[in-house]
Amino acid sequence: MIYEASIAAIIVFVVIVILVLGISKYFASRTTSSKGYYAAGGTIHWGVNGIAFAGDYLSAASFLGICGMIAFMGYDGFLYSIGYLAGWVVALFVVAEPLKKAGKYTFTDALDNKFNSKAIQLTAAISTLVVSVCYLIPQMVGAGALVKPLLGMPHWVGVIIVGTIVIFIVATAGMASTTYVQFIKGGLLLVFSTILTVSLMVNGFKLTPDKNYHALTAMEAAVEAGKVVGVGDSAYSIAGQHEYKGVDVVMLSKDGINTWWSLNTEDGKSVLKEALSTTVLANGDKLYNGEPKEKRKFFQVGAMSKIIVDGKEVKETGPVGPFKFLDIVTQGEVLRFKKNKVHDDGKTITIWTQNPTSGATIMRPGLKFKVDEGSTFMSKLNFVSLMLALFFGTSALPHILIRYYTVPSPKDARKSTIVAIGSIGFFYILTLFMGLGAMTHGVLDLESSNMSAPLLAKFFGIALFSMISAIAFATVLGTVSGLIVAASGAVAHDLMSNFAGIKMTDEGQVKAGKISAVVVGIVAIILGILFKGMNVSFLVGLAFAVAASANLPAIFMVLFWKKTSAMGVALSIMVGMISALGIILCSPSMWDKYGLDPATAPIALNNPGIISIPLAFITLVIVSILVPGKRDKEGNAVRI
Amino acid sequence: MAGHGPAADWGEDKATDYKEKLGIYLFIVYCIVYAGFVAVNTVSPKLMGIILFSGLNLACVYGFGLIILAIVMGVIYNAMCTAAEDRMNTPAGEGK
Repeated sequence: MIYEASIAAIIVFVVIVILVLGISKYFASRTTSSKGYYAAGGTIHWGVNGIAFAGDYLSAASFLGICGMIAFMGYDGFLYSIGYLAGWVVALFVVAEPLKKAGKYTFTDALDNKFNSKAIQLTAAISTLVVSVCYLIPQMVGAGALVKPLLGMPHWVGVIIVGTIVIFIVATAGMASTTYVQFIKGGLLLVFSTILTVSLMVNGFKLTPDKNYHALTAMEAAVEAGKVVGVGDSAYSIAGQHEYKGVDVVMLSKDGINTWWSLNTEDGKSVLKEALSTTVLANGDKLYNGEPKEKRKFFQVGAMSKIIVDGKEVKETGPVGPFKFLDIVTQGEVLRFKKNKVHDDGKTITIWTQNPTSGATIMRPGLKFKVDEGSTFMSKLNFVSLMLALFFGTSALPHILIRYYTVPSPKDARKSTIVAIGSIGFFYILTLFMGLGAMTHGVLDLESSNMSAPLLAKFFGIALFSMISAIAFATVLGTVSGLIVAASGAVAHDLMSNFAGIKMTDEGQVKAGKISAVVVGIVAIILGILFKGMNVSFLVGLAFAVAASANLPAIFMVLFWKKTSAMGVALSIMVGMISALGIILCSPSMWDKYGLDPATAPIALNNPGIISIPLAFITLVIVSILVPGKRDKEGNAVRI
Repeated sequence: MAGHGPAADWGEDKATDYKEKLGIYLFIVYCIVYAGFVAVNTVSPKLMGIILFSGLNLACVYGFGLIILAIVMGVIYNAMCTAAEDRMNTPAGEGK
C-alpha cells in the first residue's frame, strides 16, 4: 500500500523523540553508579513503576500485533490479550515479592542468590540474551511497519531510526531514563487508546464506512466445464484462470491492465467478484491490482456487509455503547478477505478474495486457531501450547523481571504489579474494540496486519493518527530500551563481572553495560530488517514460549522447592531454551518462512510450550535429585 | 566480587509465610478458571458462541471475566497482604 508522510504526524513524532532524548540526557548526568544504571537506583515510586510496567509490557506486539490480529482474525486475536494478561497473575501471586527479595540488578541475581554458581550465572545470562533477542525482533519489525505511514520512509529506515534512538537512551542513562520513557508512553497509550475506542462507539457502524471507501464490484460470468468463457462487462477479456485451495480465481484484462476476480455461484448464477492482488514480476518489480504502486489501486478494505440492529437490517447504526458494539458485530456479517498465492509464468501473485464472514463466527474462536471445523489433535495441542506459554511467559521475561529492582521494597514490587495488572487489563479490553473497529471501518491494509490500529486512528483524522502513531513508535522505543537494558545487564553484570570474574570498578560496570547496549542494539537493527513482514504478536508469542520454557521452571522451583540444586537450575534453563528454540526452528511456521512446504516440517507444533516447559521442570527435578550440591543440616542449599 | 546477595536487607517480614500461601491459593484458583477457559475453547469452541446477555456471547464474557478477575484478585491480595504485614510486623506493645 502507498503511504504518505503527514506533516502533523512528523511534528508529533519529532516532539516525542525530543522528549525521550531530553529525559535520557537529564538522567544521564545523575547515573554514575551501577545501581543507578541497572536499577534506577531502586528509588522509583510504585505507581510510576506500575505504569512503566504497562509501558514495558504493552509493546508493539500488544498494540500493533493484537489489534491487527483481531482485525484480520476476530476473537482469536483477543485470546492473545487474555493470555498476556493472565500471565500477570503468576507474576503477582508467585514471583513479585520473592524475586524482589532475592535479587539485585538482574534475573540471574535472583536465581543465583542461594547458590553462587558459575553454571547458573552462565546459563541464566545466555537465556536472558536469547529471550531478549527473540522479543527484540518483533519490536523492531513493528518499528519498521510504523515508519512507513508516519514518515513515508521504508521499513529498514524505521528500524535504524528506532535502533539509534534506543541505543542513545540506554547508553546514556540505562534503567532510569527507560523507566520514565515507559511511564510517559504507557500513560499516553492508555489515554489515546481510550479516545480511539470512544470515537469508534460514537461513530457506530456503516455499510460504507466513509466516502473514500472503494466498494468492490461484481459481474456475471458464463462458465463451461468449470472454465469462464464470457464476462458481463464487454470491456474485459479473460486472460487466465487458476484454482487455489478450492478458490477459483480468474484474471481479466482491461486497457492492458490485468486484475483478479474470484468465481462464485450465487442464486444459481456464476458471478465474478473483484479481488485485490499484488504481482511480483520476474525482475522483482511489484504491481498492485495490475498497476504500479503510484496509481494507488490497492485499496484499504474491511467493512460490515450486513448490519442488524434489534433484528432489522440497517445501513448504519449511529452511536453505540460497548455491549451494543459487540452485539452488532456478532449479529452482522463482515467482509473479510482470503489470501491465495499463485505462481504463474515466473510471477508470484498474491490474491485476496472476498470472504464475507458471519459475526457469530468472528466473535468466537476458530478463524486463526484450528480448534473448530477442520481441527486435528495437533492443531488443538498447538492452541493449548500457546495459551500455556502466554500464561507462564510473562513472569519469565527478563525485561519485566528487572523492573522489580527499581522500586524500594518488596511491598512496592507487589503494589506496582497491581497497578500494572489494572492498566494492562484495561488496555487489553480496549484491543477487542480497536481490532473489531479496524476490521469494519475500511482501514485494513491487506499486506500488513500490524498497521490496523494506526490506520483506524487515521479514519478519525490526522490528529489522532499522529498521536497514536507517535505513541506506537514510543512504545517500540520504550520496550526495546527495556530489553536492551536487560540484555546489557546479562552481558556486563552477569557474564563479565560475575561469571568471568573480571574485576571492574562501579564506573567500569556502567561502561561495560553501555558498550553491551550498543552491540545488542546493532544486532536488533539487523534482525529487525531481516524479519520484515511477520506478525509481531506471533513473534512475541514465540518469545514467550522460550521465556516460559527456559526461565519459569527455574524461578518457580528455586522459590518453592528446597531440594532444587544449582546444577538442576542450570540444566533446566538450557534444556528449556534449546528444546523451545529447536521446536520453533523445525515448526511449520518457520518451514514456511524458509520457503518450504509447512506440511513437511519435522515437528507439527508451532508453539513449543506444552513440550518444552514440562521438559525443563522434569530436568530440574531429576538433576537436583542426582546432583544435590552442598546442603546444610536442614537440607537447604549452601552458597559456595 | 563474583556473585552476590540481594540489594538490601529488608528486615524480617513475619508475614512472608502467610503471603506466600495466600499467593499460591489465589494462583491455583485463577489457574483453574484459566484452564477452564482454555478447555472450553479447545474442546467445544461452538459453546463460546452462545449468547449470554446483552448480546454478549460466552467467549466475550469469559474473556473479559478473566481480565477483570485478575484485577479484582490482585486488589484483594494486596489488601490482605498489607493487613497481614501491619498485623504481624507491628512491634510488641504497639499492636491492638
